[in-house]
Amino acid sequence: MKVLRVLREKSWLHEPVAAGEAPLYAGPDTSAAARTALRFFMIVVSVLFFLFIITFLSRSQYPDFEALAGAPWQPFTDPSRLWFNTAILACSSLAMQLGLAGARKQKFNIAVVGISAAVFFSVLFLLAQLNLWQHLQSMGFYINTNPANSYFYVLTAIHGLHLAGGLAVLLNVVFRLWYYNSPDTLSASLQLCTIYWHFLLGVWLVLFALLTSQPDTINALAAMCGF
Amino acid sequence: MQHAAIADQPDELHDPQSFITKYIWSQDHKVIAIQYGLTAIFVGLIALVLSGLMRLQLGFPGAFDFIDPSSYLQFVTMHGMIMVIYLLTALLLGGFGNYMIPLMIGARDMVFPYLNMLSYWTYLLSVVVLLASFFAPGGPTGAGWTLYPPQAILHGTPGYDWGIILMLASLAIFIIAFTMGGLNYVTTVLQARTHGMTMMRMPLTIWGIFTATVLGLLAFPALLVSAIMMMLDKILGTSFFMPALVSLGESLDYTGGSPVLFQHLFWFFGHPEVYIVALPAFGMVSDVLATHARKNIFGYRMMVWAIVAIGGLSFIVWAHHMYVSGMHPAFGFFFATTTLIIAIPTAIKVYNWVLTLWQGNIHLTVPMLFAIGFIFTFTHGGLTGLFLGNVVIDLPLSDTYFVVAHFHMVMGVSPIMVLFAAVYHWYPLITGKMFNETLGKAHFWLTFLGTYAIYLPMHYLGFLGVPRRYFAMGATDFIPESAQTLNAGITVSALIVGVSQLIFLYNIFWSMRHGKPAGHNPWEATSLEWQTPNVPPRHGNWGPELPIVYRWAYDYSVPGAKLDYIPQNHPVSEFEQTAGDHGEGQ
Repeated sequence: MKVLRVLREKSWLHEPVAAGEAPLYAGPDTSAAARTALRFFMIVVSVLFFLFIITFLSRSQYPDFEALAGAPWQPFTDPSRLWFNTAILACSSLAMQLGLAGARKQKFNIAVVGISAAVFFSVLFLLAQLNLWQHLQSMGFYINTNPANSYFYVLTAIHGLHLAGGLAVLLNVVFRLWYYNSPDTLSASLQLCTIYWHFLLGVWLVLFALLTSQPDTINALAAMCGF
Repeated sequence: MQHAAIADQPDELHDPQSFITKYIWSQDHKVIAIQYGLTAIFVGLIALVLSGLMRLQLGFPGAFDFIDPSSYLQFVTMHGMIMVIYLLTALLLGGFGNYMIPLMIGARDMVFPYLNMLSYWTYLLSVVVLLASFFAPGGPTGAGWTLYPPQAILHGTPGYDWGIILMLASLAIFIIAFTMGGLNYVTTVLQARTHGMTMMRMPLTIWGIFTATVLGLLAFPALLVSAIMMMLDKILGTSFFMPALVSLGESLDYTGGSPVLFQHLFWFFGHPEVYIVALPAFGMVSDVLATHARKNIFGYRMMVWAIVAIGGLSFIVWAHHMYVSGMHPAFGFFFATTTLIIAIPTAIKVYNWVLTLWQGNIHLTVPMLFAIGFIFTFTHGGLTGLFLGNVVIDLPLSDTYFVVAHFHMVMGVSPIMVLFAAVYHWYPLITGKMFNETLGKAHFWLTFLGTYAIYLPMHYLGFLGVPRRYFAMGATDFIPESAQTLNAGITVSALIVGVSQLIFLYNIFWSMRHGKPAGHNPWEATSLEWQTPNVPPRHGNWGPELPIVYRWAYDYSVPGAKLDYIPQNHPVSEFEQTAGDHGEGQ
């Protein structure tokens, strides 16, 4: 493993490199740096959601917890609205991929169409999530009426904020393209945005599965975690 | 595709032009480091004054009308939170991390300078929000730095309204700031090392900062999650942590939440936080010891492994803070075992520091005095940790002054000793001037002996059963009156130590103007930060070309070498290579 190899280096033994033999070093590769930073950021976000999910499973074992699916009167026994929102988010992810493909092939019309569609679907997803909140409230499922409701609002809000943050970065990429007219850096930036979009789709699918789980499933997951 | 970093681009694109871009909205890591440092020291001084006020009440109960039970609890809470998060974490990572990482690895700047700048200003916002709670209705929260629910947000706790809201908001903002900075530090270490600077050639300072940053990135989300959920419990009436309860004769709307869940989240952050503070200190003290003992650090590879091992283990010991909250005996056994296991890599580090000093050419400079002082205070605090890590010993000692003495020795005094060592050690680099040695030594002895005068007696008070966080003891049969005498003595010591920090402040500000010019590399150190063409380093750090690294950072007293140090960017001659390889087996 690379990590172990790195940690085993005996750095007190000198490399036989004399002055003038070492190549000149121009500085770090900013694309690689951005990829590394994104990886770490996704790890941080994963830890954040992981901890929320762990507390969800722990909290689910208290008697006042009522899962949002299972009984006929629970809102996600029929999760069609959530499937609809998921489809919108998946479309935005696909659109990002399309935009990236266009940017890589230097076909900027396709890239612009892809990015525009991704922005459109992302905003639509956020609005659809807000609409879902209103729908739940109209049915009497407020944030403080049950811990399962609280988790639904919190998890969707945190996920939405991360998507909104991604949109801000994406718009910054578009702005830079338009302002500095530097298309050669577009595909590198767009690749990172696309990875992030796919990541957020993955996070959403996990949340979707958790929030629409029936009590038996939640209890089984909680038992596996030792709760 | 190779892109030039912003700092590598032509100067006209990046070189700060005006006072504002040079010193205020600066993207230069050194300026940002100083901004972080000054802000952290400013809030740290507030926390120091708060501790003085606490000690006045404890040493001379009832003598000061302006300290009532509520304000006492507020002083305790704000002192703890400011010291741990807003001083130590910010100064060690935001301050020294920012200053040292690019210089020690041979980079021109952080890889994302703009994000770095944003990180500082977000940190400053978190400090402003925190300090705003002093002026909010009801004052700051008095829930204790652990902010345990349900009491943190209920009537009867000082600052239960705006105080706790501002505290939680400030923490959330701080975590955002830390994440921005942390991503930068980690990425810079991984991606911007100059040619020849392998990971294992990095000075231990960088290893400590790097590992602590990774810990922070993984641990702070736990605090963020708990802050968000408690904020919702407070503002929107959710029941994540709040159980069904009756307060002031009134049944509240909360239903069956779990306060213990908060404790798990808090300590899942809280224990790694100890090492977020300790690991950079471990790294920096290693470099100070090696430089001033003119000897390579003993067991460099083992020191790196120990840092990494401590970082990993720190995530599986958190519940040793919760023995009195109740848990399955098997969990108690597990967490006691992991806690004792973490003592192994920690002890390795202590042995290696001592062995670095063994037969070294020890120069008792001010930084060295503080570094040696750290070995004492850290060993002391670490050994009492072995007591508290065991369930059966922890139970009677929990929530007594023994605990207060333990954690102040291990993560209060010890990192601060290293911070002083580090400030004195790198002061010539940062300012280009030497500090006043006599004032520095006076500062050391007053601080070192003074902290022992404070915390050594506290252990005995803890054994007697004197509880922490109490405003006043009242009539208590099992505590003799002499405990109060001891408490008064501790207060006098604390005030002397507190006031003696003015010597430090005077010294660093006076020397900035009146100190002797430091010249190039006054400590004759090997690491890269001392090899810059200018002292203090200018924007971009390295002039036209980045340095090339040929060796590790600890070539001190190499047999056969002309000088007793060989800088990292010094090429290897055949003779040195032979001497180095044979002389320094690890």
